[in-house]
Amino acid sequence: MKARVTVYPRREILDPQGKAIRDALSRVGFPGVLDVRAGKSFEIHLATDDPAAAERQLREMCEKLLANTVVEDYSVELLHGGQP
Amino acid sequence: MRCGVVVFPGSNCDHDVYHVLKHVLDQEVSFLWHQDETLKGSDLIVLPGGFAYGDYLRAGALAALSPVMAAVKRHADAGGLVLGICNGFQVLLEAGLLPGAMRRNENLRFQCLEVHLRVERADLPFTRQLRAGQVLRLPIAHAEGNYEDSSERLDALEAAGQVVFRYAEADGRITPESNPNGAARNIAGICNPGGNVLGMMPHPERCSEPILGNTDGLTIFAGAVQAGSRVLGAVR
Repeated sequence: MKARVTVYPRREILDPQGKAIRDALSRVGFPGVLDVRAGKSFEIHLATDDPAAAERQLREMCEKLLANTVVEDYSVELLHGGQP
Repeated sequence: MRCGVVVFPGSNCDHDVYHVLKHVLDQEVSFLWHQDETLKGSDLIVLPGGFAYGDYLRAGALAALSPVMAAVKRHADAGGLVLGICNGFQVLLEAGLLPGAMRRNENLRFQCLEVHLRVERADLPFTRQLRAGQVLRLPIAHAEGNYEDSSERLDALEAAGQVVFRYAEADGRITPESNPNGAARNIAGICNPGGNVLGMMPHPERCSEPILGNTDGLTIFAGAVQAGSRVLGAVR
């Protein structure tokens, strides 16, 4: 089963990278961009076919390694509707 | 005193630290490889600056999971001395040996300059040769030194006296202008509750000899050596 994990700076924390990107977007003709959060995306191929087990593993991966929860939030998404 | 300098793939201040401990302070020093599972009997462990594991994922995140860090944790839990400098500080944060996290510098630049630091704690092994309120001048060189934690946890850190160094003006005033990276409350260095683990962004090993024009950093290594020797002397 394939999944996508997205890690991004926590909402309440200033994201200097996102702010710089927002300012740059404004300079190339997108003044209407109100906010940008710059994060990371991981495509993960798991051996399991069980969506519940996959989601549990992915969350544990985020807590243990993929995200630093002091400053980052994460979301997990099973691709292809959780089909193998 | 036996000192161990941890070498991760990508460490680049390891030899500088080795040089200061071995040739300036005349101590016994070994390099410890990241795959080592023991600390070769070291009393003081130094995690040097650099880009461990290429800073992949996050600075210090992968290094924190290397075999040697399990031994460093046991050493720290037993009250052993651990000093993390720059990337070494980031590794200590990711390993959970110190609280909080580092983010990109607020201005997104790699900051390479000399800063003033106000000493907040002079009763630690590492700071015993300093005075509280004393101002040191040390170099920094990092892109991720923007220390962050929740305001409640920062309050707890301050209340427990775990803030050891703050970025300051030359006269010791703590100002936004003297903060080179946006770190919360101008924090440049913190310790664990026991005071035996210190993490700091500035590089004391780069200013530990007169030929370098500045010896402010030597006091930190010398303090640890002095403290360690005294403890060992009592034990042996």
